[in-house]
Amino acid sequence: MATGIPGETAAGAIAVSEITEAAKAIIEGAFPRLWVKGEVSNLTKHRNGHWYFTLRDTVAQLACVVWARDTRRIPAVPNEGMAVMARGQLTVYPAQGKMQFTVDALEAEGEGLWKKAFDETKARLDKDGLTDPARKRPLPRFPRNVAVITSPDGAALRDIIAVIGRRNPGVSITVIPAAVQGETAPDSLLAALDRLGRWGGADVLIIGRGGGSREDLWAFNHEAVARAIAACAVPTISAVGHETDVTIADLVADVRAATPSVAAETAVPVLAELQAALRALGGSMSDALQDRIRHGARELRRRAEGLSLRARRATERRRARLQQVAGRLDALSPLAVLGRGFAVARSVDGQALPRVGAFSVGSAFDLLLQDGRVRALTESLHGDGPHLRADLPPHPRRDE
Amino acid sequence: MSFETTLLRLEEIAASLDRDDLPLEQALKLFEEGIGKLREASAALAEAEGKVQTLVEQAEGVFEVRE
Repeated sequence: MATGIPGETAAGAIAVSEITEAAKAIIEGAFPRLWVKGEVSNLTKHRNGHWYFTLRDTVAQLACVVWARDTRRIPAVPNEGMAVMARGQLTVYPAQGKMQFTVDALEAEGEGLWKKAFDETKARLDKDGLTDPARKRPLPRFPRNVAVITSPDGAALRDIIAVIGRRNPGVSITVIPAAVQGETAPDSLLAALDRLGRWGGADVLIIGRGGGSREDLWAFNHEAVARAIAACAVPTISAVGHETDVTIADLVADVRAATPSVAAETAVPVLAELQAALRALGGSMSDALQDRIRHGARELRRRAEGLSLRARRATERRRARLQQVAGRLDALSPLAVLGRGFAVARSVDGQALPRVGAFSVGSAFDLLLQDGRVRALTESLHGDGPHLRADLPPHPRRDE
Repeated sequence: MSFETTLLRLEEIAASLDRDDLPLEQALKLFEEGIGKLREASAALAEAEGKVQTLVEQAEGVFEVRE
């Protein structure tokens, strides 16, 4: 039998698998890997990790598959109806006799998928309270050892070392190298964080990298990395990319620094400023003490003055009273009567002899005068008449 | 005592010394303590000599820092 073109005659019919394989080869050969745009519909995630969906526009549709290993590069599962660009290889799936687009990269219009992935991860961390500002820890004011998790040969590390060295050459820096971009970055960062935790020699951690594309920074939006940063035993400073790049790592770190240099400035105070602060503290302490001593001395003086004033017043009061009493005493004193020239008779043993009846003839008695005493003898008693006759002069003491 | 705690204690002492109701004797005692802490803190600042090193994990869980 003459061999014509395969399948040309019924007798020469070819098998289904042959024709589908041939179609597959032709289609794959005709189309290089390319980007196709359309709307996502009917996306299903298979148990084995593959994604199946349809890309469509108003008039046509294309069956798509993303193998499990490629889904990891896609930041998030696209929403139903989301406008996307898919990169892949057009082929034929012989088992179903269908044309199929095997997708290995997927991007949404604008920020689409990245934003979605970011928002979803953030929502899960929010739910667990990991982004709560209340759980942010203060940084140590005087770190002795700053751990840095970053690429060992990146500009970020050079900047951090330069800034710390300038601010305080006494601070040690311990580098824990990690890949900061590419598919291995999340695991590498996780391993570095784990090592830091088990080592335990640092006071504060700077984790980050220099600027790069959104894809380059993506490891710092990785949920497991964010959770490991949140769980870090020492306070953390994130420093990813430039000022405008905000990553999930920034949300869970204790402090977000705009750049690695800023992170170094935030972590390490300037030595001279610390020394000045110490001096100021010492100064304020001595000032306070001197104030306290001056205050004490003033108090003491005030009280001493109060005391002596009161003592002086008390003495004066007593002296005045004394003078008053003395004056009254003087007025009442029998001596005053003597002073006026009277005499008082007293027995030898000191008894007053106020009446004639108290005397007996022949007995001795004393006459008290203003300047002394006269011992006398009773010669005779005269009990008649008044005590003193008006014509009698006072006792003639001067003639005695 | 870490530098942090020393610094905190110093600030506490300075604040206490500012209080008028503090007995003088206690003020003197606090001042003396403060001077001691000040010396400690200054010494801590002066003594340290920074290094840049790399954390290397040797066998399981054994670390080495290499300069």
